[in-house]
Amino acid sequence: MPFKLLLAAVAATVALPVIAQNLTVVNFGGANGAAQKRAYFDAYEKATGGKITAVEYNGEQARIKAMVEAKRVTWDVVEVESPDVNRGCDEGLFEKIDWAKVGNKADFQAAAVHECGVGIFVWSTVLAYNGDRLKNAPTSWADFWDVQKFPGKRGMRKGARYNLEFALMADGVRPADVYRVLATKEGADRAFRKLTELKPHIQWWEAGAQPPQFLVAGDVVMTTAYNGRIDAAQREGKNLKITWTGGIYDLDYWVIPKGSPNRDAAHRFIAIASSPEAQANYARLISYGPTNNKALALLDAKVLDQLPTAPANARDALRFDIRFWADQGEALEKRFAAWAAQ
Amino acid sequence: MTGTAATPAMAALARQLRRAQRRHQWRAAALTAPLLVFLLVFFLWPLASLLLRAVENPEVADALPATAAALAHWDGKGEPPAPAYAAIVADLRALPETAQAGALARRLNSEAPGARSLIMSAYRAAQEWPRLSAAEAQAALLALDERWTETAYWQAIAKNTQRWTPDYLLAAIDLRRTVDGDITLMADEEAVFGRILWRTFEISAIVTLLALLMGYPLAYWLSTLSERRANLLLILVLLPFWTSVLVRIAAWIVLLQNHGVVNRWLQALGVIDEPLALLFNRTGVIIAMVHILLPFMILPLYSVMKSVPSNYLRAAVSLGSHPLAAFVRVYLPQTYPGIAAGALLVFITAIGYYVTPALLGGADDQMLSYYIAQYTNVEVNWGMACALGAVLLTATMVLFALYRRVARGGLSLG
Repeated sequence: MPFKLLLAAVAATVALPVIAQNLTVVNFGGANGAAQKRAYFDAYEKATGGKITAVEYNGEQARIKAMVEAKRVTWDVVEVESPDVNRGCDEGLFEKIDWAKVGNKADFQAAAVHECGVGIFVWSTVLAYNGDRLKNAPTSWADFWDVQKFPGKRGMRKGARYNLEFALMADGVRPADVYRVLATKEGADRAFRKLTELKPHIQWWEAGAQPPQFLVAGDVVMTTAYNGRIDAAQREGKNLKITWTGGIYDLDYWVIPKGSPNRDAAHRFIAIASSPEAQANYARLISYGPTNNKALALLDAKVLDQLPTAPANARDALRFDIRFWADQGEALEKRFAAWAAQ
Repeated sequence: MTGTAATPAMAALARQLRRAQRRHQWRAAALTAPLLVFLLVFFLWPLASLLLRAVENPEVADALPATAAALAHWDGKGEPPAPAYAAIVADLRALPETAQAGALARRLNSEAPGARSLIMSAYRAAQEWPRLSAAEAQAALLALDERWTETAYWQAIAKNTQRWTPDYLLAAIDLRRTVDGDITLMADEEAVFGRILWRTFEISAIVTLLALLMGYPLAYWLSTLSERRANLLLILVLLPFWTSVLVRIAAWIVLLQNHGVVNRWLQALGVIDEPLALLFNRTGVIIAMVHILLPFMILPLYSVMKSVPSNYLRAAVSLGSHPLAAFVRVYLPQTYPGIAAGALLVFITAIGYYVTPALLGGADDQMLSYYIAQYTNVEVNWGMACALGAVLLTATMVLFALYRRVARGGLSLG
């Protein structure tokens, strides 16, 4: 009898965790997904012996919503964008994060600590251009709008988000005032009017991989772009450049869909992915800023300079306002569609 | 059967016959049953739930019953009656889970932008508040967020106390319901779906026309070839079918971009000086869609042309008709069923296009499906997504009915 009990205890400690350690982790794929695989997934698999099944998605929250509502949750950890972490948290799509299992809150950037999410990295939407084609560097959004000084097409993301902020900054609004102005009817009108000025010169992009392609192909002289995508192109030897002034930075978050059967392992994964070492590794692979401040000490100056969180890069940047877009997003996107059809 | 001199033998025969007929009917029913069940489960049922979602409006009725009662006699002007403040605090405190507050916040936010943060902050704060009197509740809400005095948010609540709403469907055709219940046009900057629906049909019509113009001569040529050569060439027509749409789109990007193959050749030939803008605009969308949908046009055309005897045309010419006149008056009318089938197939497939315009089009080249996807995935406003789906479905069915009348039942696809 005691022998059996012992056996059961051994089996419980050995067998159970192994079964529970396999995880399905969902991210956006691409260069970012590849960096996460090397810095985070491999670290988890090495530390726990569990396997990670990587799934790519396009940020469709509908899929999480459908899973949670049907109570058949097959995704354990999901990377989501900041508006979705708030909204999903409000609507009960995500588990509450047990921060005791993740790490010391004080080590993280304030924005990375969320009731339902853990900040993964800081990324930025910036002005990018091809250094081989433009000899005079554009230095601001006003330059982006100046088609006399810089003739040629501009790439912009299809949609209202970011573009309205950029338009206001081009119109002379200080970064700190952008969301205050945009919240008023007159401010929104002003942003759309400014966007209309540039409309004939805009080539719209849909996916983050497109802006660097546009620049390399010479289809546009400047474009808005995700800084990590530009960094990836630079690593392939392309002479693409970033103007950090007036960039909009934001965080992506890990969340655990409500009802995931592997909550403990999911927390374990997030803890490993949020450790200074893993985050520093990740930042070396792709230039997105760590959310764990302790990771910064592990990085050398060359890597740090390329991050949105580097002091010189963050100085004139704007923090993406989640609350503003959660409130106004639907109305502004609809207005954008109406504006585009005019 | 029921002749005047019905003998027992004839009656027995009639019984046997009926039995045989019934058996036959049962067998037919059994043979079609799998398809019928399939259609019911995977087509009619989702369709019905889509239409239901477009008019469902349970959020306010479920979450704010007391508030709804307090606002029942409010005229929608100025500030709401004082008891409404206490009622909404009580309602929010009584919600069993955050998810319900979230659903309420989302619903009201799509009606009155800003309601999301207003409701969620009140919900979170109300959990902490002690039992408050009516006056205290009002003061506490206003202290939390002064937007609680704004009429728009209260109107949004008052308007949505019913479990069913026409609002999504109205919004999908650029109409809105005022707080008094009158139906008016949307403001110009919000009126967008009418234009998008028009754009969807316009692009589909152009694609259909181009596919017909390009497909017709090719199908004609194929129908004049020997069976073996025609089959070989048909495989070439079908080849694109077996390639992923994304691969074909990527190929078009390589071909059509500013310094792509097409522009380089045209420049080398001296046809143009500056590269043509062939991508990320309407042109690119139409080129790629015509390419993808061409087989849907060629196959029905080919099968009809194959059955047209070639000696009719020869007879017309030998009787003195001009070849062109013979073609237009003798050959063309015989291929109408093929034209109709091909055009309908291409048009209806084109209406639902999403990926191609998303990747090859600009901001004003997106078709209705793009916005359905946006409401489904980005805004997570499924009521609106379903309403747009219902509008697309209705418009397609109306067109199909019109077509049936024009074609006078000459072709049936369904």
